[in-house]
Amino acid sequence: MNPFKRLKGRHLTMGIPYLWLLMFFALPFAIVLKLSFSTAAIAIPPYEATFSFIDETLSIFLNFGNYLLLLQDSMYYVAYLTSLKMALIATLGCLLLGFPMAYAIARAPTRFQPVLLLLVMLPSWTSFLIRIYAWMGILSNTGLVNNFLIWLGVISEPIQMLNTNFAVYIGIIYGYLPFMILPLYATLVKLDMSLIEAASDLGSSSLNTFWKITLPLSMGGVVAGSMLVFIPAVGEFVIPELLGGPDSLMIGKVLWQEFFNNRDWPVASSLAIVMLALLIVPITLFHRYQSRDMENDA
Amino acid sequence: MKKLSFSKIMLWFGLLFLYAPMLILVIYSFNESKLVTVWSGFSPKWYGELFQDEQILSAVWVSLRIAFYSATMAVIIGTMAAFVMTRFRRSWAKLTLSNMITAPLVMPEVITGLSLLLLFVQMADTFGWPTERGMLTVWIAHSTFCAAYVAVVVSSRLRELDRSIEEAAMDLGATPLKTFFLITVPMISPALIAGWLLSFSLSLDDLVIASFASGPGSTTLPMVVFSSVRLGVSPKINALATIIIFAVSLVAFLSWYFTRRAEKKAQKAMES
Repeated sequence: MNPFKRLKGRHLTMGIPYLWLLMFFALPFAIVLKLSFSTAAIAIPPYEATFSFIDETLSIFLNFGNYLLLLQDSMYYVAYLTSLKMALIATLGCLLLGFPMAYAIARAPTRFQPVLLLLVMLPSWTSFLIRIYAWMGILSNTGLVNNFLIWLGVISEPIQMLNTNFAVYIGIIYGYLPFMILPLYATLVKLDMSLIEAASDLGSSSLNTFWKITLPLSMGGVVAGSMLVFIPAVGEFVIPELLGGPDSLMIGKVLWQEFFNNRDWPVASSLAIVMLALLIVPITLFHRYQSRDMENDA
Repeated sequence: MKKLSFSKIMLWFGLLFLYAPMLILVIYSFNESKLVTVWSGFSPKWYGELFQDEQILSAVWVSLRIAFYSATMAVIIGTMAAFVMTRFRRSWAKLTLSNMITAPLVMPEVITGLSLLLLFVQMADTFGWPTERGMLTVWIAHSTFCAAYVAVVVSSRLRELDRSIEEAAMDLGATPLKTFFLITVPMISPALIAGWLLSFSLSLDDLVIASFASGPGSTTLPMVVFSSVRLGVSPKINALATIIIFAVSLVAFLSWYFTRRAEKKAQKAMES
């Protein structure tokens, strides 16, 4: 058979997305890695070359200065720690609110389930930016919450809520809640109800049944949902920028500032590389869950 | 009467939490006052001002065009990848492809944006193309991350598809390509439409990646909104938000209604 004919079909189906992703997903990361070892310069583009090939000599200049800077300047590691802490707390908040919601949807009559899921998903289709912006009006000193509390007489002076970590938590929980509910719902709806009935018939309290049966059996969804919230929350830029204050120094915001305001591309690249290194474990966890889920379905 | 369970209370509380801020935006978009939080009477005047703001209108047009092209490209790449993921034999190539396609789902946006910008700069340096960043580079960036979502939606549909019809078509002598377009595509069309709509709204919504990948002349709507929101709350943005909320709800409702009708029809056809 003609080798070109064999190349058609299957290889094309594989080749086109493969090349696209290699070009626009894998290669960019290689460039970020390369750039994180270069030196900033006043030039266009604003960095010095890492490789040079002059007089048959290949010279490679690796500058570890950017990484040393990340270690020396406390601002950077404070930003990493703050991001991890805030993402973790917000993920827990999402889980505490999302789990009962997903459970209630999974237990609702079958014909209501698609409607309830649509209701949960609908906000995430409208602009993320605008939904975060809505909270600016609610949480500000002259905003609805403060006005309401003053009207009730609970407080006399407005409480500072906007531009604090509290506002960032609200923002992340609000923005990512649907991504927590969906994977939880997917595992909870498959849960065998007879196990729970059996447990209660045998005299288990409902809390005990939850800890011993419902939670362990839905662990896959808990992990997937938590990772879907935690990973993007660590790198979040919009929420700390609009709702956060000076202490909500999250790494996404710092990276943005290094890149756009200080125009230090090498430092921005090394910030990104360290962020990825921190996220390797949760990303692998998510991928493992996903590939297992796909094999179960098949 | 049945006791209201804890999870049901949380469900209603959660839905209230999700919808109250949007409802407040809608109500305050009709506020006469320039102060967003003080109600001083009903007035649609901010809508009038919105439709005279040329910067916003041109950004809407740029965003819609980019979203249309990105969603189309994302469906093409995503569907091909989904086909490889569900129908091809296990191999290292398939494994790397499925890892690469799902990675943008969880990748922090700042990293994706930064890396794509550096790629474009490097390409311009090496081949002299793209000469400047603009709609084309935003299109490439959006197609790449939207393809991930399409791949997930389409592959879950492909996995539950009854393969006997495709096999029958192939046995009767249809080429793989013909089988794909005449049998597979019609059967997965709800997933294709859902993937396209999802990509369209993701692209329309994206601020971070677009900010990195765009250049002069390709300012998208989220970029305009972001720069005006940074300065504080503005009633014009409330009006814009209301229009977006209603447009999205309408599209979501219509797509839900049509898929449900298609499902009911299919069910009836099966029964008779």
